[in-house]
Amino acid sequence: MDEDGGGDGAADSGDAPTNDGQRFDRLPATADERTVPERPTREEVLAWWDERFGIEPAVFAEHTFWERGSGKIWAFRGELTTPVEIEALGMTCLRTRQEHWKPTMSAIQRFGEHATRNVVHLAREQAATFLAGEDQDLDWDGDWGYLVVTHDLAGGSEPLGVGLYVYGELRSQVPKGRRRDLR
Amino acid sequence: MDVLARYEPLVDDFEAFRAACERPLPSVVRVNTLRTTVERARRAMTADGIDVESVGWHPHLLKLDDQPGANWPYVHGWIHGQEEVSALPARVLDPAPGERVWDACAAPGSKTTQLAALMDDRGLVVATDDNLGRLSALRSNTERLGVTNVAVTNEDARVHSLQPFDEEPYDRALVDVPCSCEGTVRKNPDTLAEWTIEHVRGIAGAQKGILRRGVQATRPGGTVVYSTCTFAPEENEGVLDHVLAEESCRLVEVDLPLESSPGVTEWEGEEYDPSVVRARRIYPHQNDTGGFFCAKLEVTG
Repeated sequence: MDEDGGGDGAADSGDAPTNDGQRFDRLPATADERTVPERPTREEVLAWWDERFGIEPAVFAEHTFWERGSGKIWAFRGELTTPVEIEALGMTCLRTRQEHWKPTMSAIQRFGEHATRNVVHLAREQAATFLAGEDQDLDWDGDWGYLVVTHDLAGGSEPLGVGLYVYGELRSQVPKGRRRDLR
Repeated sequence: MDVLARYEPLVDDFEAFRAACERPLPSVVRVNTLRTTVERARRAMTADGIDVESVGWHPHLLKLDDQPGANWPYVHGWIHGQEEVSALPARVLDPAPGERVWDACAAPGSKTTQLAALMDDRGLVVATDDNLGRLSALRSNTERLGVTNVAVTNEDARVHSLQPFDEEPYDRALVDVPCSCEGTVRKNPDTLAEWTIEHVRGIAGAQKGILRRGVQATRPGGTVVYSTCTFAPEENEGVLDHVLAEESCRLVEVDLPLESSPGVTEWEGEEYDPSVVRARRIYPHQNDTGGFFCAKLEVTG
């Protein structure tokens, strides 16, 4: 569950172009333009944010999406000629390698205010437990899977991070480097 | 050796200068305006039991009576620990939303993220550093502060390549170089113990190369800001003098919101280009801050 962890293994797909862990490749707009097998498209990424959290495609209108390594998607507010061989491009945004796509804490803090579903609001004490990286029991009638976790800060609800809801429990997905014990 | 005594000929009130260098500095944070307002950040910190005081010259800076990294507004990327004077060069560079900007020695990213905030996260900030470990700190900061217009390169700034960026020159460049850091003595008292003249001379060579690349990579009419946190003329006016002679650029006046002194034109028998008086020196006793040096160049050809 480490956001910046390793594992940049290239996809094994015969003679077809593959992922290169050392460079950023822009996501194809649609499946018709796809050359690397299994690379997600911009259309699929926008549809996922919309379906899972109700975050509309317009929220990402000024962002381009890029893949570095297999299934690590970055959001960059700008345009460059693909591919780009540099260390980082914008913000890590999404992991698409597993069956269930997983948003990053950074992307949720940046874009989560636009979420209208699969959002769970925690009281201060619960938010502190979540930020410390600990799991907790939670009453939640909605979908299982990744949720936007919010809490109140300075008079408003603010997106804090990503929780995984399964078996009546909210599992904190706060990366190790961002955990704090504020209890 | 008594490093500070070296600067007695340059400083008006040397005793006040020395006394200020011995006082610790308060914690200062910059409010990340990409994420929140100064008012909400203050409110969140007060609710966390942190006493907050405004900094007169910069509306986004707040002094704290606590460490800046263990509170809710930090977790949300609303604030970033940044020493007061280190917020100066990005303000002097003054980038606008939509521009292309190079941060030549970017890690750990305080100034990179400040540039992105000044640009409202629009346009392009290329953040370069030759140290991969320090780049990892920069990456953590850009992620936490919610910046999405930054591209990061790991290379020696002296040979920075524009190839990944469509070969287009920059509108502005911030050249805030590694230096002998005497100006940070109030935070790191060990700085003076590690000081050697050989290091000053050696690092001045690298600084010249980085500033030259900054001028070369910026379009004619564009702006380059050169800054350090040292008092050593070898690393400040001496570097400017070299680059003024080698590259197409000129020094322009800097209007600072803090008390400062002009650049020096003579040092230990060396004479520098007379226009280096347009650079600004900030001594710790002048504004009760760290020490700093800042110069603004216009690219002419």
